[in-house]
Amino acid sequence: MAIWIEEDAKILVQGITGNQGTFHATKSVEFGSNIVGGVTPGKGGQTVDLGLKKVPVWNKMTEAIEETDADASAIYVPPRFAGAAIIEAADAFNEIKGGGVIVCITEGIPTLDMVRATSHVRAIEGVRLIGPNCPGIITPGETGGAKIGIMPGHIHAKGRIGVVSKSGTLTYEAVAQTMSIDEGQTTCVGIGGDPVNGTGFIDCLSAFEADPQTAAVVMIGEIGGSAEEEAAEWVAENMSKPVVGFVAGMTAPPGKRMGHAGAIISGGKGTASEKVAAMEAAGIRCANDPSEIGAVLLKSLQDAGLR
Amino acid sequence: MNIHEYQGKALFREAGLPVLEGVHCKTVEEALDAYDKLGSEIVAVKSQIHAGGRGKGRLYDSISGSITMEGGVKIAFNRDDVETYSTNILGNRLVTKQTGEAGKTVNNLYIESGCAIAHEYYLAILVDREEKMPLIMASTEGGMDIEEVAASTPEAIHKVHVDIEAGVTSQQAYELTIALKLQGDAAASFVEMIQGLFSLFVEKDCSMVEINPLVRTDDEEMILLDAKVGFDDNALFRHPEIVELRDLSEEQSTEIRAKEAGLSYVKLDGDIGCLVNGAGLAMATMDVIKLYGGEPANFLDVGGGADEEQVTTAFSIILEDPNVKGILVNIFGGIMRCDIIAKGVIAATEALGLEDPLVVRLVGTNFEEGRRILADSGLNIHTAETLADGAEKIVALIGGDE
Repeated sequence: MAIWIEEDAKILVQGITGNQGTFHATKSVEFGSNIVGGVTPGKGGQTVDLGLKKVPVWNKMTEAIEETDADASAIYVPPRFAGAAIIEAADAFNEIKGGGVIVCITEGIPTLDMVRATSHVRAIEGVRLIGPNCPGIITPGETGGAKIGIMPGHIHAKGRIGVVSKSGTLTYEAVAQTMSIDEGQTTCVGIGGDPVNGTGFIDCLSAFEADPQTAAVVMIGEIGGSAEEEAAEWVAENMSKPVVGFVAGMTAPPGKRMGHAGAIISGGKGTASEKVAAMEAAGIRCANDPSEIGAVLLKSLQDAGLR
Repeated sequence: MNIHEYQGKALFREAGLPVLEGVHCKTVEEALDAYDKLGSEIVAVKSQIHAGGRGKGRLYDSISGSITMEGGVKIAFNRDDVETYSTNILGNRLVTKQTGEAGKTVNNLYIESGCAIAHEYYLAILVDREEKMPLIMASTEGGMDIEEVAASTPEAIHKVHVDIEAGVTSQQAYELTIALKLQGDAAASFVEMIQGLFSLFVEKDCSMVEINPLVRTDDEEMILLDAKVGFDDNALFRHPEIVELRDLSEEQSTEIRAKEAGLSYVKLDGDIGCLVNGAGLAMATMDVIKLYGGEPANFLDVGGGADEEQVTTAFSIILEDPNVKGILVNIFGGIMRCDIIAKGVIAATEALGLEDPLVVRLVGTNFEEGRRILADSGLNIHTAETLADGAEKIVALIGGDE
């Protein structure tokens, strides 16, 4: 078991003929993921060489889903077209099979395009959007697994810890920390660092709570917005499994955008210390330093009688 | 990207929104000509910088450093006042709550006609990340520090979420007039204005529009007396006309150079330079340096696929800061291979003749190879296993120099 993406999920790649699309689809195939094809408008009928296998290209998502019965799609199209690609994927999954998971990796999408795309996706039950500007989602398997995104597959292993994070490389750090105490992962979700995104912390936490395989969750936040505070409130009321956390940006100055479009303290709101305080008040143990996540997780597992 | 008030007002005027007559000036002579041309006895003389709190700011002489005037926005009652105020403002440093101690040199001035103000309101449009919708915020408590209003009397700020396709509906506009206690002509003027302002927000891909104050005149007209307009950097590709409004002198030159090289850099006040891949990890690196008693000199994210050249540029940008006494490199190699990074680090330290202590932490893809390359280089590079280890080492190395 895992959340949303099973380890043998059938995956399409939107923008598969582009550099990024081909490169990361190849990496996914190497990891053992079931990439079944891709979509690039105008390049339907071609095939793309992904190293260990060649896969077909379609012009439209509806055709690709009809032919492959895909469960998920990874989007690597350039920022100016990404909003439209999300909407196309959502409509196609809805029309052909009534649902699917869309993972948008693209960084730099205009915020108002995401306002339109998320409002479109929200109206379609059964379709889930992860991202944009995120590393993606991975469900490690016994051998291989489903790697939809740009994370390095080899640092993961199948296990019982759920990971959810706003950040990319910090997610890898969290994964490495679980491995340092001999724990693998059920599913790791990068929700992305943009101000407007699809799946949020609470969606992930509630899915992990419901997933019998997941024993505990690592949650990585960063400055900006109030998603961490809202997640903390949800955890206090609904979560029975241990959650450990880390929030990046304790030393970030107000008013300065720290790389991610969403990582900005504005109007005195969205500081790391507020977030950590809210999380700890909700019973989420927070590490002061990413190198301590493993130790904090181990302690939480022990206290819960899971180690 | 932010623009000046005078540029924001020009956009408003173009969109048919109610603003007063005004002239952008760069010299005292231009300011006096503007006064003559406007034909308004009372005018506002407004410093143009990309920061709020101008009215309550303080101006310092750019050479002597002595105070030239209290307040960066002044009401001039005659031509002599215009001359005095423009002289005190132009070329001098304006320090406000938002500029930091260094302040900003004022190179631009806006001379605006006066009006008879009956009441001041607050109005803003932005994107609410939680609801994933544009949000209009309005309050009868305008003209003052809105953050204080939000903290002390949050109920005084009325909020309306707007569907981006539908725009501001008549019902929503009506609701806002009630919240602002507007009636008659003022209410009608407001409804037209808010619908137009929202369209502008969407059309131009604004990240925020803040009007503080929006005013009601004695003639029951609503006027946009302020214009703080910011644009979504990600959408600038479809607005070349907005890109032209960019004032590079308002931005840090190193931050501009970093952006051109595909790096994300923010200068801070400490002495330990940081070079990291990933925004979250870069912030965490700063945090851990602080945890071990050090002070980060910068935020720097080299991105997911940095090459040797970018690493060299990143080092040179870090070293431009004279406060930097040591550097911590923290790379979690995913897509990026650690051996490539190690080679980049060596090339950069050699090219730049780096003498400051350097601690490098490499993990992820090909990290053994990367560490071996660094160890074999014969350069004075310290390696670290974990982020905590790296931070502890760089803090100790810098402390040892003192």
